[in-house]
Amino acid sequence: MVQQEPGPGSDAILEVAGVDKSFAGVHALREVDFHLRPAEVHALIGENGAGKSTLIKVMTGVHRPDAGTVRLAGREREFRNPLEAQAAGISTIYQEVNLVPLMSVARNLFLGREPRRFGLVDTRRMNREAAEVLGRFGVRVDVTRPLRTLGLGAQQMVALARAVQVEARVVIMDEPTSSLEPKEVETLFSVIRGLKEQGIAVVYVSHRLDELYAVCDRVTVMRDGRVVHTGEIAGLERLKLVSLMLGREMSAVRDKGSTAFDSDSHELRDGQPALRAVDLTVRHRLHGVSVDVHPGEVVGLGGLLGAGRSETAKAIIGALATEQGSVEVEGRAMHRRSPASSIRAGVVMLPEDRKAEGVIPNLSVRENISLAALPRLSRAGLVSQAKQDEIVTFFMKRLRIKASGPDQKVGDLSGGNQQKVLLARWLCLNPKVLLLDEPTRGIDVGAKAEVQGLVDELARDGLGVLLISSDLEELIEGSDRVVILKDGRVVGHLAGDDVTEDGLLDALATAPESPDLAAAPEPPDPATTPESPDPAERPQPAEPAAQAAPAASTGPQPANPADPAGPAPGEPREHPAKESQS
Amino acid sequence: MTSLTWPGAALDRGRLLRLLQEYGVYAALVVLFAIAVGLDGSFVEMSNIRVQLFQVAPTLLVALGMALVIGTEGIDLSVGATIALAASVVPLYAGYGLFAALAMALVLGAATGAVGGAMVAFARVQPIVATLSLMIGVRGLAEIVNGNSAKPITESGLLDLGSRSIGGVPEMAWIAGVCALLTGLLVRRTTFGRQLVAIGDNRQASRLSGLPVRRVLITVYVLSGVLAALAGVLIVGHGAEADPANQGLNMELDAITAVVVGGTPLSGGRVRVLGTVAGALFMQLITAVLTQHNVHTSYTQIVEAAIICFAVYASQERGTR
Amino acid sequence: MTSTALQPAPTPSGAGSDERAARVPVRERVASQVQRHGALAVLVLVVAIASATSSTFPTWNNISSILGSNAFVWVLALGMTFVIITGGIDLSVGSMFALGGVLGAYGSRHGTWLAILLPLAVGAAWGSVQGLLIAKARMAPFIVTLVGLLGLRGLLQALTDEGATTYLVPAHSWFRHLGAGTWTPVLIVAALFALGALLLTRTRFGATLTAMGGNEHAARLMGLPVARAKVLVYLLSGTLAAGAGALGGARLGSGVTTIGVGYELTAIASVVIGGTLLTGGAGSIGGTVSGVLLLAVIHNLIDHYFSQYGSAFTDTVNGGFLAVVVLLQTLLSRTQQLE
Repeated sequence: MVQQEPGPGSDAILEVAGVDKSFAGVHALREVDFHLRPAEVHALIGENGAGKSTLIKVMTGVHRPDAGTVRLAGREREFRNPLEAQAAGISTIYQEVNLVPLMSVARNLFLGREPRRFGLVDTRRMNREAAEVLGRFGVRVDVTRPLRTLGLGAQQMVALARAVQVEARVVIMDEPTSSLEPKEVETLFSVIRGLKEQGIAVVYVSHRLDELYAVCDRVTVMRDGRVVHTGEIAGLERLKLVSLMLGREMSAVRDKGSTAFDSDSHELRDGQPALRAVDLTVRHRLHGVSVDVHPGEVVGLGGLLGAGRSETAKAIIGALATEQGSVEVEGRAMHRRSPASSIRAGVVMLPEDRKAEGVIPNLSVRENISLAALPRLSRAGLVSQAKQDEIVTFFMKRLRIKASGPDQKVGDLSGGNQQKVLLARWLCLNPKVLLLDEPTRGIDVGAKAEVQGLVDELARDGLGVLLISSDLEELIEGSDRVVILKDGRVVGHLAGDDVTEDGLLDALATAPESPDLAAAPEPPDPATTPESPDPAERPQPAEPAAQAAPAASTGPQPANPADPAGPAPGEPREHPAKESQS
Repeated sequence: MTSLTWPGAALDRGRLLRLLQEYGVYAALVVLFAIAVGLDGSFVEMSNIRVQLFQVAPTLLVALGMALVIGTEGIDLSVGATIALAASVVPLYAGYGLFAALAMALVLGAATGAVGGAMVAFARVQPIVATLSLMIGVRGLAEIVNGNSAKPITESGLLDLGSRSIGGVPEMAWIAGVCALLTGLLVRRTTFGRQLVAIGDNRQASRLSGLPVRRVLITVYVLSGVLAALAGVLIVGHGAEADPANQGLNMELDAITAVVVGGTPLSGGRVRVLGTVAGALFMQLITAVLTQHNVHTSYTQIVEAAIICFAVYASQERGTR
Repeated sequence: MTSTALQPAPTPSGAGSDERAARVPVRERVASQVQRHGALAVLVLVVAIASATSSTFPTWNNISSILGSNAFVWVLALGMTFVIITGGIDLSVGSMFALGGVLGAYGSRHGTWLAILLPLAVGAAWGSVQGLLIAKARMAPFIVTLVGLLGLRGLLQALTDEGATTYLVPAHSWFRHLGAGTWTPVLIVAALFALGALLLTRTRFGATLTAMGGNEHAARLMGLPVARAKVLVYLLSGTLAAGAGALGGARLGSGVTTIGVGYELTAIASVVIGGTLLTGGAGSIGGTVSGVLLLAVIHNLIDHYFSQYGSAFTDTVNGGFLAVVVLLQTLLSRTQQLE
């Protein structure tokens, strides 16, 4: 049944050729070719915005391509909606379970194709068949119960069973494991292998490299709407895969990057960290993440898509409920975190999703800037126009916000200027710590450089900055040190001379698998004991420890504490710096 | 070529739509007024205008509160019932003078609003549902308080409030005007007003910006309740009787209509106080014109329904594009 | 680890999910039970107490007056159940009920068939207009049906010369039989409810309605005909309301123009009290039956004991019930979100 190296395209079950797709002038896909052979598991990977989801939506009839063709089993098809694609044999399961939580398990499994008798749904047969089908997927539950009473993993299995049931020839899985327990992942894998034996082709989208190597045959890597690589996954180095995804060649780091960051590191101040987050845990997302940020320091959060970077920022300000973990601001513990209380304490976050979580689109620039500071700008509830204008004019000038005036609607500004408005909203509160989640995503080059320069300047002024960025160059050149996350765990630290692209790529590729998944014994959890390699330098949190503090908490370590083959550790230095790069 | 001309055309249509949304209600008001005067010169006589003002004042008061609620992406169906509740307590306290009766009515209005607001803000019940249950229940309560029949009001302060004029303009209209002015100030000039609009526009972003979302929501419903109760007292004063079974009936519809016709989008994030005033006047005027020219109320009602439908559709187009 | 994974057969993970599912919090299970059968339980309780304490309540006379005089109005709640299950709302049913009565009476002068078909056709036509505005123009159901509430009432007034003309059902018309007595109305309505239950639980259309109310996005992705179902559900609700109005007219012997004000609220209240989620996605016809009966019995008792307050007391109780049930529902969906 396993195919022996078929010729390209000729016997592909699903073939996408030369597909273009753009939304409102933005190219999401450019001349994408994609061949899926019968009975193969084909990984589709890429960073956020690489075009994976758009490609999937083109294949499943959600979007129609602007140009190019989709062929199923040699026949050109134009699916007008998901139903047509489904009827033709292309099934999809989505990352978030797209089922109806209040309906019964059996109902969900058979929605739209219930077995009927005399024109009426044959409930008994439906329940019996549902129990049978699910049994094959290792889910043994009362199928008449509402779906939502099942665990997320079991729900995902129901979605999978539903997808496979429609006599599918192609099954597309979009991040199917993101909510699964390790045991359930194994079940999923065995199901995938079963599908393969039946000759069904699987497109497997995931950001977890370990899973790709465990279950996939071939891999297609996308970046910026193009396919940059297709080939067998066996024999492909992880490092190579990561650099393909990120578009950075190994050892291609220029002497001086193109970002606007000053390559000198910031002078670290002594004393306690401005922000100390310990052991943040969010179900399925974060597993004991700890991060320190000192005043005047830019700490990068590195990691691939889904590593838990945004979640860490949100957990810190209390926008995401944590199961455990604590946050201290300048040594004072924050109890009952909420965005409002974090802002009062001086910790502010620039959200990744500017549109949904940042700007108030129909309000003016003036109002957006002064929104969070309103209580401080008003007396007896009446906003002081003078004070407001003063602040707004100051920040519009300082951040060079290009708008027709303070009265322009923020929704009409360019992305870069929107971002500056949001930055201004926080800066007029004089915060102590700034959490920046993808501060330069989707903004033009000029504005990008300005924002980067600004971040640099702010850190020099003594602000603690936590920087999240998928732009490697930005992360490396902007950060004084980098905390690397993977699967919601801290898997490494880079500091001083190690803050290089090579170091980061290497760490991302070789970091230990999440402990539950790995066959190897669980490595010491780096998150809970970040300073374990050099306990001597570990400061007592309570005491100022003037000399030791900065180096200790930033203590350069191998990217992977459990793997001695990580990048050569530099000598621990009192003041990590990056002079060697210039 | 065609691809070049298309966006231009779309832009023109978009601009037209925007102009319509921004100034349509004022233009319509002017045109309607001109038509009314053209059809019947006596329309501009002070006596007629005074009649119109007496009728529009309570609607406007309720519409102001409704505009605030709609600005937060909510809706308050309980205002008609709140009017009835206010009307039901006025006779009980009228003996203690105008202010006792007024204070009692306003407190009850605030309480009704607080209950609805709490359901919306804390229990996160959809506004339409929370206020629907109040709409049914509170009117029943009002009728129980009042008993079966309408009660006449003889307290002079109340009667004066409903009939006296200052400078030729009814006191009721002055009160409504002052409230409109205050609401305008509240929306434009105060922390609360800015927070209200921000929450209606993007609740998630507002929460992440540290705004007191719950407090603002409750306050908005309380304000709506207070304004409705005030309208209820005026209605009682003007009619010289308290009749909770009939007073304030369908007031929620009239208020929503005024707000929507005034250009405040149902999707929240914007409160147009002047537009609401114009919307209330427009609806009053159209009813008056049609009635004065012996058009049956049935057609008046159909026209009103069509206007609501059109106004909502027009204000919606902007939201999707 | 990898070796076991090679088997395509089931793995022990089923046990895991069983275990987890068993941990459904008690509070939630209680809430869910109260939600589903609360109305029935309260109904039984109220009937039991009333029968024990009052000599007039359990008489056939009283029961037949509860059933016979209200039955047709309950059909509004049937249509409303479908609409609410999709996550929508239909405020126009009260006006449609009245219009149906007038059209039925008007049509009966030209024959029984017209008396039945005319209201149904008008109800279906306006219902589908509402459905199209909601499904295609994407206007809020609440606004569209509000327009229906006003506009239909206006149309009704126009048809009857502002209520001056009353159409009487001819005394000899067979149409009158449809609404006469206790049994005919009750049987007709019971049959409609039974058909409704069948439609909701045993057809793909019913499953589509429930699915789109529970998660419209998912329903679309599953390839269910969401837009069509939306139009159909408002069509159904309009048709049922107009038909019920016509039957009501047959019972009263004339098209009463002032009838139906506020009926939509009672219908919504009985649907929600019957355990249908106002946010859509779950509900049952059986629950709605309990809901309407509960409200009817309470109304009857209030009329009996507190006749001086009349409908006011009933309204207060209805509103209170609605608030309590809605809060309970929110509690339920909250526990569900926490999972």
